[in-house]
Amino acid sequence: MTRRKAMSSEKLFPNTWVDRYSDYLYNYTIVRVNDHEVTQDLISETFLAGLKSKDNFKGEASERTWLISILKRKIIDHYRKINSRKGKAEVRMSYNSDEAEGDWLEERVSDPFDKTAEDRLENEELGLAILNCLDKLNDKQATIFKLKTIDNFDTEAICNEFNITASNLWVIIHRARKSMAECLEENWLN
Amino acid sequence: MSLFMKCEEANTICDKTQYKEATLWEKIKLNIHLIWCSFCRKYTRSNAKLTKVMRDSDLKTMPISDKEALKERLQKEMQK
Repeated sequence: MTRRKAMSSEKLFPNTWVDRYSDYLYNYTIVRVNDHEVTQDLISETFLAGLKSKDNFKGEASERTWLISILKRKIIDHYRKINSRKGKAEVRMSYNSDEAEGDWLEERVSDPFDKTAEDRLENEELGLAILNCLDKLNDKQATIFKLKTIDNFDTEAICNEFNITASNLWVIIHRARKSMAECLEENWLN
Repeated sequence: MSLFMKCEEANTICDKTQYKEATLWEKIKLNIHLIWCSFCRKYTRSNAKLTKVMRDSDLKTMPISDKEALKERLQKEMQK
């Protein structure tokens, strides 16, 4: 977070957006729209909109928070579009987000049978927590850790791609895993 | 091939185990090491938990080809 904070004071760095935020935005969106193509389009629109309105960025929030706020509007627009097409909307925003907690009547009524929604929410929280921790790794560690752990790439393929030896790779993985475990320990590894 | 090894090596084997890439012999050596090394036992425990949490999270990444396309598009837009 410190790296992000230092960089986000008033200035945006659009040429780093894809590397830094696309996985975060991707996970945020896919659980809500459940479709790869749509997710891809929404993120692309978000970045372009961000680029256009970059003068509005005051540096009060982090770059990522700012992009998420644009993305949220894009997702709502997307639901509206479906809504006008079908005459029925299936809105699946996370009510658990900081600003909208408990405002919805449905949210206050607990449904003991709605286990899947709860599981999904917990998964999402965990997913975003992991992405936050990944954010604290350096770029190379984060990329290699993701390739190995999330995308299940072969050790050999990664070594070729990054031109490193297998023992280099395991050193990088070890550092990444150690930082990740430390970062997630308090809330998720107990 | 000694049965005794340093913690550094034990940790690497432990990491490999998380990706099912440790050999049987390595696993045997690791388990012997863990009998007397509480430090590595602790690491092994948290490492296994991390693996489980990563699996449970069902996290996805944006495919690399999509990222590249997106970068190109942004780049173009920035030059306008």
